[in-house]
Amino acid sequence: MDVKVNILRYNPETDRKGHWEEYILKADPDERILDLLHKVKWFDDGSLAFRRSCAHGVCGSDAMVVNGENMLACQVLVKEVSTPIKIEPIRGLPVIKDLVVNMDSFFDSYKKVMPYLINDDEPGERERLQSPEDRDRFEDTTKCILCAACTTSCPVFWTADTYVGPAAIVNAHRFVFDSRDNASKQRLEILKDVDGAFRCRTAFNCTSACPRGIQVTKAIEDVKRETLTIN
Amino acid sequence: MKVVKHSFDGVIVGAGGAGLRAAIEAAPHMKLAVITKLYPTRSHTGAAQGGMSAALANVEEDNWNWHAFDTVKGSDYLADQPAVDILCKEAIDSVVELEHWGLPFSRLESGKIAQRRFGGHTVREGEAPAFRACYAADRTGHMILQTLYQKCVSMGVTFFDEFQVLDIKIDDGVCKGVIAYEIATGDIHIFEARAVTFATGGFGKIYKVSSNAHSLTGDGPGILYQKGIPLEDMEFYQFHPTGIYRLGILLSEAARGEGGILRNKDGERFMERYAPSIKDLAPRDMVSRAIATEISEGNGAGPNNDFVYLDLTHLGAETIKQKLPDITDFVRTYVKIEPINEPIPVQPTAHYAMGGIPTDVNARVLSDATGTVLPGVYSAGESACVSVHGANRLGTNSLLDIVVFGKRAGQSMVDYVSSTKPMPLSDNAAEDLTNKIENLMEKNHNPEFSVPRIREELQDSMEENAKIFRSEDSLEKQTKILSNLRDRYQNVTISDKGKVFNTELLEAIELEYLLDMSDTTVASALHRKESRGAHSRVDHVERDDKNWLKHSFAFKNGDSVKLEYKDVELGNYEPKERKY
Repeated sequence: MDVKVNILRYNPETDRKGHWEEYILKADPDERILDLLHKVKWFDDGSLAFRRSCAHGVCGSDAMVVNGENMLACQVLVKEVSTPIKIEPIRGLPVIKDLVVNMDSFFDSYKKVMPYLINDDEPGERERLQSPEDRDRFEDTTKCILCAACTTSCPVFWTADTYVGPAAIVNAHRFVFDSRDNASKQRLEILKDVDGAFRCRTAFNCTSACPRGIQVTKAIEDVKRETLTIN
Repeated sequence: MKVVKHSFDGVIVGAGGAGLRAAIEAAPHMKLAVITKLYPTRSHTGAAQGGMSAALANVEEDNWNWHAFDTVKGSDYLADQPAVDILCKEAIDSVVELEHWGLPFSRLESGKIAQRRFGGHTVREGEAPAFRACYAADRTGHMILQTLYQKCVSMGVTFFDEFQVLDIKIDDGVCKGVIAYEIATGDIHIFEARAVTFATGGFGKIYKVSSNAHSLTGDGPGILYQKGIPLEDMEFYQFHPTGIYRLGILLSEAARGEGGILRNKDGERFMERYAPSIKDLAPRDMVSRAIATEISEGNGAGPNNDFVYLDLTHLGAETIKQKLPDITDFVRTYVKIEPINEPIPVQPTAHYAMGGIPTDVNARVLSDATGTVLPGVYSAGESACVSVHGANRLGTNSLLDIVVFGKRAGQSMVDYVSSTKPMPLSDNAAEDLTNKIENLMEKNHNPEFSVPRIREELQDSMEENAKIFRSEDSLEKQTKILSNLRDRYQNVTISDKGKVFNTELLEAIELEYLLDMSDTTVASALHRKESRGAHSRVDHVERDDKNWLKHSFAFKNGDSVKLEYKDVELGNYEPKERKY
């Protein structure tokens, strides 16, 4: 079948601002949106820029806006979206070229919440023990692949890019609720800050956008509630 | 082109599990940079699913010697046994160390790390399948990658994200650094570094149907091969039995470890005929061959009889949800099937290179078949061939390999840097590379010589002629095709002449590595006149220990490949007939 695809193009070396380009592609309904982008790049215009790697929704490279919603281009099939298919870069981060955005501030926010296990106790020669129930408390947030689909779908983030954003809070949650971690208090102090978890206005955009099905808004609520337990 | 110069003691190329583990070891002791063409967390380690084996004995009696036996037998006796001993012995501490760094393993009721069964892993040297694979649901690789990256963040490791290394500088047999291309700007960066580790992963993109990411193009092996370093055991390429039909997306062996069954079009559990004792949990080479045989004998399902079924319907919704959530989601997303109720169409998918850059057990790169060390150059993970996987890798041993030998690469870098002085690189060290890039940019674009066309023909022909079953005819035919593609590649052109995010340029350079990987795979396969592990010759069906208990070394010889051989290092286990 023929599929009409509109892509928001921008080349900093030649364009002053972005513009829409239309492509008519032969596609199978079972193909991924990423396959369409490859068709354009490989057989029409080699200069089209987008990130991709694993092509099955686990590496987090190809978050973009498709028909107005954030998703991974490799995780959505042609038959699941209406045509013409409109593809734009994720919002709120500076565009480098076409569908590629600068991720620096996103990763800086991630690093701000100390996204690593902190526990100075001598662990012994074998593994620390953790009950399946304790392990379950942070199961959902371990799934994050740092694709930025959640953060760049957040209306608060669009207007205040100092907000750490949902992805950073998800990664804080992953350690705050891990029974092996000893630094919850420090992380929660950071998230109590003016640019922390309380900026969230529970729009739920992040939860709809997450390609890993993480209950992002719930994780943020868990973190908000937990900050009330520290003095 | 703008050229920027940096000075480091050590550089690690690649930020998957092996590169990150090496960085954790080396960073406290030197000025270190990790250079990756992706962001670290995009690396393909994150796509590994089922587990990482170690004889923790959390579920049942186990010891690392049994793990070693299984690994050697799984390798069809081609693995170097002293290296396998290191792998299996150090596995235990490696898993514990990852847990201490925060890896969220699934847990048993006792609170210990959960372990599951996996193909080819047994207790008491083949008695029954072993619970040895330590796992975090079916996203163990994701957890390893995240944990190692988190550790690097906590240590303040220096990363150059989206920089692609395209050249190594070796003067008089001594490493002096690498040259990289900054993807966002098109600038060239000279990295002075006397210790360089290549941890660039595999090259599954030489085949059409593959579980591998688009980024897996054999960059590290390709760069070194073009400098005259041989590639070891390239004829041994693993096809994973259960890729999603046509797409090749991996469905972990954990599915069978948890009780999943392979069935042909008649619903028959055909593995009972091929591996009567461990059936669906036979090693990957045997299961992939069984599937290919079922298909060629007309027992495949579907209108073209070209796939088999992975049946999980008897496992129950709860087990699937708890233990196999990701892979069943892939099936729902891409095939629109509910695996709780329906069997899944699967076919073998190109998955893992047993071969690669030859190294010793300390990850030091070897420049010939006699074991000469190339000073300052290291490799670990899938890009390397130690060899611990021999002719066929057991499932879960790759995640083990990356941490055990990644750590050893880091240690070797430390030893080398502490005993040598900085070696300067001249300001024109990037000249070869800038010439190559400028040459590509200046040529007028001709779609006839575009990257995608040459690459598509490469992948289609490798799929047809050099996959699970090979013969002299198919390999001779592929040699000719590769020679023709190589000629066309000399004229390759690109349409994008820009500096910013010119990934078309990078795909053109990667295509040369893919051609190198294919040349060496086919030449090594053509010369090895026996069947062993993943290398199955229909015209030489028996394993021949008298003549072929040896590793191949493929050298670049102009546009052709020259082969040398080295004896396998044996140990506790004499080669025996391999039955399961």
